[in-house]
Amino acid sequence: MRFRDEYRDPEAVQKLVGAIARATTRPWTLMEVCGGQTHAIIRYGIDELLPAGVTLVHGPGCPVCVTPVDHVDKAIEIAGRPDTILCSFGDMLRVPGTNGDLLGAKARGADIRIVYSPLDALVIARANPSREVIFYAVGFETTAPANAMAVYQAKREGLRNFSMLASHVLVPPAMRAILSAPRNRIQAFLAAGHVCTIMGFEEYEPMAAEFHVPIVITGFEPLDILEGVHLAIRQLEEGRAEVENQYRRSVRRLGNEPAQEIMRQVFRVVKRRWRGIGEIAESGLGLAEDYRGFDAEARFGAVVPREEPASECISGLVLCGDRKPTQCPAFGTRCTPDHPLGVTMVSTEGACAAYHRYRGVALAAG
Amino acid sequence: MCLAVPGRVLTISGDDPIMRVARVDFGGIVKEISLAYTPEAAVGSYVLVHVGFSITVIDEAEAERVFEYLAEISDIEEELGVRGERTT
Repeated sequence: MRFRDEYRDPEAVQKLVGAIARATTRPWTLMEVCGGQTHAIIRYGIDELLPAGVTLVHGPGCPVCVTPVDHVDKAIEIAGRPDTILCSFGDMLRVPGTNGDLLGAKARGADIRIVYSPLDALVIARANPSREVIFYAVGFETTAPANAMAVYQAKREGLRNFSMLASHVLVPPAMRAILSAPRNRIQAFLAAGHVCTIMGFEEYEPMAAEFHVPIVITGFEPLDILEGVHLAIRQLEEGRAEVENQYRRSVRRLGNEPAQEIMRQVFRVVKRRWRGIGEIAESGLGLAEDYRGFDAEARFGAVVPREEPASECISGLVLCGDRKPTQCPAFGTRCTPDHPLGVTMVSTEGACAAYHRYRGVALAAG
Repeated sequence: MCLAVPGRVLTISGDDPIMRVARVDFGGIVKEISLAYTPEAAVGSYVLVHVGFSITVIDEAEAERVFEYLAEISDIEEELGVRGERTT
């Protein structure tokens, strides 16, 4: 496939690996923000190609993983009501709530439907006018415009039986939270290329300056990630802390302005709790006042804040980059994709799932 | 979750910018995709698609840049020897 396969070319990968090795004189710790990047890094073994001392720490960039338990509980509660249809991306179905997950609710008879696009939920709402159709909207800035469009169109056509349970999260506040943590060891970021495709990258410039940390907007293919690492290491070695855009074929400085415009109309910025991390101010999106009629929390009651159940799962530490999945005593034994203890093993883009899928056998053997 | 896949626009229909849709070819698989957020997309454009929406038109000139960067690295290597100083 064009614009994908050429970015996986082994010869080009080797050249960049060599360039990184020559540029590196000291140990450096970088964080890739997005779960899609984590997945590619583990899948292609990119971390193992880097010079000793260059560490890639996996960031919190998996929206499924950071959705708090009480939001999942609310989705399960709504799905359990008579005459409701809950629509969700497939990734959310096995995310644990306090007592079970959406897949369990579905097995007990709840009408829960997996959709590919939020617009599919509108089609379901139009076809079922006597039932309430709720779209469980999870995602980062990449997904927010698509989800916003579903609500925007529902309002425009007066679709009364459609609403949204909004669990959106925003990436830059989480990056700030990581940099502000007293034990922070992240020296540079590979920022999330598709989030920046929507939002642009101007908001990262004050962050790079304030924390003196290089931020390289990076894509998702092996060559993208290696070029991102190379640019970040060159900055670190030269003592620079700038925003650079590696993913220029997709990301423009101002981002996607039509998408931002619909987001601004439909959503407002709210505080949000992140699973494993805690509450972060102005780090989520809820529905704007004009769209409150489409807010599932207004129709079915607000999410009741609830603590995470105690467990031996260390996904919170994994999400902040404090631990690698393999440092968890339950990894691969008591916690597997078939029997996950926590979200980072549930979601296909969770760091634990990536390690288990691509390195499980080697780890078990070694 | 933030996965986006490149595909080529085959046909476009609809006049209302919000409702404009395209048939997009992903290496043989064709899907209907909203163009609400890329009004500049034309037949033949390559777009990145996420959950049924085109989120950007791929800049084909910029797409070549990483390969130019690689060529540059190789040139510098040749000129300065394997463990050359960085020049920027």
